[in-house]
Amino acid sequence: MPKRTIIPFGPQHPVLPEPIHLDIAIRDEKVVEAIPSLGFIHRGLELLVDKKDFNDMCFVAERICGICSFIHGQGYCQGIEEIMNVQVPDRAKYLRTIWAELSRIHSHILWLGLAADAAGFESLFMHSWRVREKVLDIFEETTGGRVIFGVNKVGGVKRDIENDVLKRIVGTLKDMEAEFKPLANVFIDDYSIKHRFSNVGMLSKEDAYKLGAVGPVLRGSGVSIDARKLGYAAYKELNFEPIVENSCDCYARTIVRVREVYQSVDLIKQAVDKIPDGPIDQKVTGSPNGEFFSRLEQPRGEVVYYMRGNGTKNLDRYRVRTPTFSNIAPLVKMLEGCELADVPVIILTIDPCISCTER
Amino acid sequence: MIEKQETVTIASQDELLKKVAEMSSSGYRLVLISCTKLNHFQVDYSFDKNYEFRNFRFCVPVEKPEMKSISSVFTNAFTYENEIHDLFGIEVHGLNINYGGKFYRINIKAPFSTLKKAVAVAATEEGKK
Repeated sequence: MPKRTIIPFGPQHPVLPEPIHLDIAIRDEKVVEAIPSLGFIHRGLELLVDKKDFNDMCFVAERICGICSFIHGQGYCQGIEEIMNVQVPDRAKYLRTIWAELSRIHSHILWLGLAADAAGFESLFMHSWRVREKVLDIFEETTGGRVIFGVNKVGGVKRDIENDVLKRIVGTLKDMEAEFKPLANVFIDDYSIKHRFSNVGMLSKEDAYKLGAVGPVLRGSGVSIDARKLGYAAYKELNFEPIVENSCDCYARTIVRVREVYQSVDLIKQAVDKIPDGPIDQKVTGSPNGEFFSRLEQPRGEVVYYMRGNGTKNLDRYRVRTPTFSNIAPLVKMLEGCELADVPVIILTIDPCISCTER
Repeated sequence: MIEKQETVTIASQDELLKKVAEMSSSGYRLVLISCTKLNHFQVDYSFDKNYEFRNFRFCVPVEKPEMKSISSVFTNAFTYENEIHDLFGIEVHGLNINYGGKFYRINIKAPFSTLKKAVAVAATEEGKK
C-alpha cells in the first residue's frame, strides 16, 4: 500500500479568499481523509451582545460577512421582531426581499467568477465580476453602501425605494440578465468548465441530507430544500420552487447557482409588481424577552440565528449558525477519495465564507 | 409568526440520546447544536424535516461541564460539539472526530464560558506577551 502523507492545505491558498486549514491525508494522489480546522479570523462577534443593545446588534450582525451582510441583518431583525411580536409593514417585507435577492445575485455571480478563476478561465472571471458591478451600483443607489448597507432595523427598514426607481431597477436587471446569459451559457456548455467540474466532488443525495448540507450544495445533490419556502418576508406571496440539480457534483452546484441568478431576477420582478404602498417601519418599544430560532436562506444556504432576550436592552445570547459551517461535514465527505488536484475546486464549490463561519 | 417552534426540555443524557436516535430514524436532519451560558450551560439540539422545526434542550451544570456526543447518530455533530468544547469548555465524550481543543485555533481558552470582563483581561494579557 502506498505511504500515507499529510499535505497541509491553507490557511493561505490561491483558491481561498479567506483562511481555512485542512490536513489532507493522501496515498499516491488520492485523498483518504481531510481534517479541517478554523479559528484564524475568529472575532467573537456573538459576545458583543453584552456590550451592544439589541438595536445596535443589527449593525454587528451585518458585519459578520461582506457578501451576505444584508441577510445577516435581516435574520437578526426578524428574530427580534418575532420575540417582541412586532408586525412589520408589508412594504418593508417586500423591500427586504428585494435587497435579499439582489444580495443573492451578487453573491452567486461573485462565486461564479471565483469558480472561473479556479478553473483557469480568467476572462470569464473578469466578465462575471463586470456584470456583478451593476448589482453593486443598485445597492449604492438604494442604500448608500456597496458592501454594508445598514438599512435593516428592528421593526422594518430605514430607507424606502421609490416605485419608479424600483421599475428602473427591474430594467437594469433585464440588461444585466442579457449580459449574464452568454456567461451563463459558458458555465453550462463550455467543454473546459464541464470537464473540470463534472464527476468531481461527488456528494450523494442521502449523504447531503444526513450530513446537514445546505444551499446549492444540498440542492446540487437533488434535495429540494430552500428556507425561503418557510415564507418569511414576502416569499410566501411570491411564486417559486427551489432550484434542484441531480448530478451531485461540482458542476451541479455551479448550475444551481447559475439558475438561481435567473430565479432571483424573477423574484425581484414579482416583488416589484406586488409591493404595496405604505409605511416602511413600525415603532418598537420595550426590550425583547423570549427566544426564537430565526431561519433564512442566504446565497450559501440556510442560516440560523438563535436569540434569547431577558427583558433588558442586552440579549442573553445571539448565536449564528452559518451555511458554510453546516457544509464543513459534507465537504469532508466530498474530499474523501478525490484527486489531490481536485481539492481546491471542491472546496470552492461549497462557496466557503470563513468570516461568516467563525463570526 | 414565521414558523411554529417546539422546544422540549430533556432531563437526562440517555433520554436525549434516545430522542436524537428517534429524530434520525424519523428522517429529521440536524440543523444546529447551540450552547448558551446562563446559570448553567443550555445546550439546544435543533432538527428539521419538511420545514418542521423541533428543538430539544439539555442543561449541563457549570460545576461539571460534560456531555455525551451525538456524533455516532448524526456524523455532522462533530463540528458543533468541537465548537462547544473550544468556546464553552464543555467536555464532550464519544466524539467521532475529536480535535482536542484545536478546532478553533484561538488564544483564549473557552472564551464563551467566562464573563466578558475576564475575557478582556485575558486578551490584554495575551497582547502584553
